Amino acid sequence: MATTTWEVVIGLEVHVQLQTKSKIFAGASTAYGAEPNTQACDVSIALPGVLPVMNKEAARLAVKFGLSIGALVNQRSIFARKNYFYPDLPKGYQISQFELPIVGKGELEIETDKGTKVIGITRAHLEEDAGKSVHEGFNHSTGIDLNRAGTPLLEIVSEPDMRSASEAVTYLRKLHTLVRYLDISDGNMQEGSFRCDANVSVRPKGQEEFGTRAEIKNINSFRFVEKAINYEVDRQIDLIEDGSEVVQETRLYDSEKDETRSMRSKEEAHDYRYFPDPDLPAMVLEDSFIESVRRSLPELPEKRKDRFIQEFSLSPTDADKLITEKETANYFEAVCEKTMAEPKIAANWVLGELTAALNQENLSIIDCPMESSKLASLLDRIADNTISGKIAKEAFSLLWSGTDSVDKIIEDKGLKQITDTGEIEKIVDTILQTNSAQVDQYKGGNPKVFGFFVGQVMKQTGGKANPKQVNEILRNKLD
Amino acid sequence: MSITPDDINHIARLARLKTDDEKSEFYATQLTRIMDLVEQMNQVDTDGIEPMSHPQDAALRLREDVVTRVNQREEYQAIAPDAERGFYLVPKVIE
Repeated sequence: MATTTWEVVIGLEVHVQLQTKSKIFAGASTAYGAEPNTQACDVSIALPGVLPVMNKEAARLAVKFGLSIGALVNQRSIFARKNYFYPDLPKGYQISQFELPIVGKGELEIETDKGTKVIGITRAHLEEDAGKSVHEGFNHSTGIDLNRAGTPLLEIVSEPDMRSASEAVTYLRKLHTLVRYLDISDGNMQEGSFRCDANVSVRPKGQEEFGTRAEIKNINSFRFVEKAINYEVDRQIDLIEDGSEVVQETRLYDSEKDETRSMRSKEEAHDYRYFPDPDLPAMVLEDSFIESVRRSLPELPEKRKDRFIQEFSLSPTDADKLITEKETANYFEAVCEKTMAEPKIAANWVLGELTAALNQENLSIIDCPMESSKLASLLDRIADNTISGKIAKEAFSLLWSGTDSVDKIIEDKGLKQITDTGEIEKIVDTILQTNSAQVDQYKGGNPKVFGFFVGQVMKQTGGKANPKQVNEILRNKLD
Repeated sequence: MSITPDDINHIARLARLKTDDEKSEFYATQLTRIMDLVEQMNQVDTDGIEPMSHPQDAALRLREDVVTRVNQREEYQAIAPDAERGFYLVPKVIE
């Protein structure tokens, strides 16, 4: 049976909470987790007669993002009112940007299995966040907390350039890494500082025209983005193959049930009747302002990755893993500075043992209990042959959980590597004597038995014999 | 351009305004006349003229990012129709 091959088309709208101290249009604090409405000033609750005054820092952070993706920065941008009614939006409109957003067209490159792909960014505009509604716990009422109302957001809108859920996740991760490097947002997804809406549609492969799209809202983790999109794609294909149609609508992803469901069926919900906000004249940014922001741009993730490959001879995969979180990259560089070990070894340890230990205790690198100098000193002891790499793992866990120095741990636990050739030779001799059958096998042409002897020596020495020397001595005796 | 009573009902619903058939007819006639005037203005050649977003030729004033507002929740909630445990209360919003 001939079946249609479907092509998935995805565009993402990402809301990034900008890291400002005060709100976008008022001097109330934006700190997370305060008691309800204690940070909801007269502007946040929309008392009659109040006026918005734009936060310069929010503009600076938006420009910083624009410059980092090589986008056009509109030196003249316009604020507009997006009109809709909901209790957590007391003005009855959200101040946003419609025509002339602060950031125009730009692009972001992502790595896919088919190579590098350019994802177009349509625009990025400034807007204010709404408050929060609490539907549970109040009799016949909904509780409204307006602390979040007026928190500055940068909405980054992509072109419908992604063709799979995994591409969408890759783009999203890349964007997340970028905003963290730029220090424009803490990117905390649980606290809602980095939220994603996905526009998803399907079309028969080869068809130029886009299918009808559904917008999935409220996806708050990378994993859910992938799951929500995959669910939605299957739903749409099923609909069409059953002879039905996809309706253009907003759908909500329910992570517990792993499904999307219709949220607003009324089409008028999308009739926002944008118009320029009369309270806010056009925002005009001077050349000098833009230039000062340009000078403040840090080393960007891509640059850092290239530098890691060049400077430390790392593989692109390792470099990519290290740079994803800027704190991990900082840690790695700090270790490299302090150790005489090869950067490649440092990378293996940071990505291996250290990451595993962090994951085990559910810690992020920022809360890493082991200072970079400690790991560096451990790597030094490997580099100068005091301990083997294998024994170093044992020392690592002691170093991780305790306060002792590497040298003290090596001393106390007797972990020092045996490098005395005479001593190793003695052990090798005994082993060869007691395992004459295996010696015969080896001499009879079975090279695999060699590993058995190495294993026996390591067993005898508690893993402390220098592996290189063991190999040499064994070869001398056997060959 | 002709505005119908249905258009009026739609706009009124979006703005949460109450209308009735008689009023909708009346506003439809009025708004059609306004739209006719807009249509007349559309005849003017505006090539090369930048659209105006604000009547004043002023640039937006930007403020420094400083927290200047203190907590005045008690005062604000004293004049609110209803509040509980720090939340403003509204009739239950059903999704």
